[in-house]
Amino acid sequence: MLVPLLEVRDLRVGYGWDEVNVTEIVRGVNLRVGAGEVVGLAGESGCGKSTLAFAAAGLLEAPGRIMSGEVLYEGTNLMGLSRDKLRALHLAEISMVFQASMNVLNPVARIRQQFRDAMRAHGINSADESLARAREMFERVQLPARFLDAYPHQLSGGMRQRAVIAMALALRPKLLFLDEPTTALDVVVQRSIVQMLSDLREDFGFGVVFITHDLSLLVEIADRVLIMYAGKIVEEAPARGLYESPQHPYTRALMSAFPPVGAVRTRLEGLSGQPPDLRQLPAGCAFAARCPKVIAGTCDAIAPPEVSSGEGRRVACHLYGHAAFGAPQGDRLERSGDGLEPPAEGGLEGKVSAGG
Amino acid sequence: MAWNLLLRAVWRERCRRVVSTQPGASARHIVEGGAPPVLEVSGLTKTYTIGRFGKAQVVRALTDVDLTIQKGEVLGLVGESGSGKTTFARTVALLERPTAGHIRLLGQAVPPRLTQKRLREHRSHVQMIFQDPYTSLDPLHTVRYSVSRPLRTFKVVPKNAEGATVDKLFTQVGLVPPQDFLRRYPYQLSGGQRQRVGVARALAARPELLLADEPTSMLDVSIRLSIMNLLLDLQKAESLSLLFVTHDLAGASYMSDRVAIMYAGHLVELGPSESVMGGPRHPYTQLLRGAAPDPASHFGASKRFEARGDPPDLTSLPSGCPFAPRCPSARRECSDSLPEWRQVGPGHRVRCVLY
Repeated sequence: MLVPLLEVRDLRVGYGWDEVNVTEIVRGVNLRVGAGEVVGLAGESGCGKSTLAFAAAGLLEAPGRIMSGEVLYEGTNLMGLSRDKLRALHLAEISMVFQASMNVLNPVARIRQQFRDAMRAHGINSADESLARAREMFERVQLPARFLDAYPHQLSGGMRQRAVIAMALALRPKLLFLDEPTTALDVVVQRSIVQMLSDLREDFGFGVVFITHDLSLLVEIADRVLIMYAGKIVEEAPARGLYESPQHPYTRALMSAFPPVGAVRTRLEGLSGQPPDLRQLPAGCAFAARCPKVIAGTCDAIAPPEVSSGEGRRVACHLYGHAAFGAPQGDRLERSGDGLEPPAEGGLEGKVSAGG
Repeated sequence: MAWNLLLRAVWRERCRRVVSTQPGASARHIVEGGAPPVLEVSGLTKTYTIGRFGKAQVVRALTDVDLTIQKGEVLGLVGESGSGKTTFARTVALLERPTAGHIRLLGQAVPPRLTQKRLREHRSHVQMIFQDPYTSLDPLHTVRYSVSRPLRTFKVVPKNAEGATVDKLFTQVGLVPPQDFLRRYPYQLSGGQRQRVGVARALAARPELLLADEPTSMLDVSIRLSIMNLLLDLQKAESLSLLFVTHDLAGASYMSDRVAIMYAGHLVELGPSESVMGGPRHPYTQLLRGAAPDPASHFGASKRFEARGDPPDLTSLPSGCPFAPRCPSARRECSDSLPEWRQVGPGHRVRCVLY
């Protein structure tokens, strides 16, 4: 069996300054990313998706603390690595692009200088070489090279995000975390950046963890989608499967929160209520209080086990108990290998036939 | 003498404009029962001057916008950032003074210069909901204060009925029970709750027209739809007219009876929501439609999205159609002059030479 690019095993992350008063934000998450695969992670604000990404990328700082679990990058446990080793790994192997690119760039340094600093931290000391790389990357992200001499405030939001992506990919990392990279942008800019990222991915072949709350965008671009609620993965499925038959009531609610474009106008109810307070989680399923299909006596008492619920799918909900599905169908890990197929071959059609 | 000539030329130009918009006005919309539209805007233009004297540049934020909103209608105004959609809403609310053009509210012309009293009257009919619920409420006052202010300013109810009215408004926008919220300060509320306070404040004036400027874009997914539903419920219950300004095509099609598409300060397409979203005609609308996430259309065939260029600089707009430099089907005539409005379906108009 191939070693996955990234494997997160039963990860628990919390925030707190001492061992006792820790609020658990990520509550036992399993996640795998194959080489070149696009994995989507969706959920409401505060569900722990960014915390999960920070922890998985080895970027978590105090008061955040990893309480248990493992993060394996190509089989190496990131948690056992020293700070220096992690630093060397970042940008070169694992990169991250955040929502607020303005906060990432240094406002008083030219883009060219910031590029050079990043390259120098990874052993590229020659100014010419770093400039050459910067030019090449700017071309790849469709930014005119003259903007290398610009300060961040001189660029528009979309251009800044492109510059950050250029920097993040300059050393050809194998894994890219995208934390709401297009949320603050206009639809047209968002679409062209997403298109550009998918072109770059085809050329460079990096794996992607794409975090967003925009499920309709995610379903379109990801191979596999994970839905997170109150620190747990409540559903995982191939994108098309998730779109066509969402299983967890939370997934359904989240999907109905996005009105479709151009469809007949019908009233949608979306999500009612609010996510639970992670400091005082209810017993049983965290979604029970908001769930339209809640089973009294079960959902509010027993935490739902995670069951395999179809090809490459898992769901944590009492509606999909063991009785309904019998033994887990197929091996989830085998199935997730689907995303490992080169996207060039057959592209979508390939995926579609595999899914159907 | 020179001034006289100039003024006369300006006047003639204005008259020409008013006349030229008349034929469109009848075909534009079915006027029901002869009641005047709530809002009728013609030739609305707004420019800003930036830079110092000598190097001054003129930003053309809105160019010659004609738009009508009927009673009880929801009109979606869609465009990218910088397209002038917020300026339009602010100008209608007279938070900005129009450079040229006419605004008619409830059939009455709104003069370009207003006395304080007349301005107050205008605002009692037109209320705005702002994009950012974090900065549009006074942090030093309780939300009760914010909501009761319009009641006093516009003398909506006698003073002794104020408390009951505020309670009712809070209930209407779903902040129940009201007494749990009345004494809170904005920082003690979540984003969605603050936006509800913003809606309550706008409703307090008992307006005819509600201008909602991207009311959901700062909110989390889970709350967005509930705010949209709240606006729709209130709009129906009070038969309000609503201008819903947004860059989210899906949100606009969910909310609106009609949709207007704005690009670089120009309206480019206008029509019933289903017909604009189902069959966008203007190349810019088609670009927007193609950019919107739409899983259903994605799964069939892999489509590529091509967007050329950026929106134009509003200080130096291209001559003719502002979208021509980016348009895949641009012709030479596109950059000669601004295309006329053309009728492409019932109530569906587009400003493009292709039709």
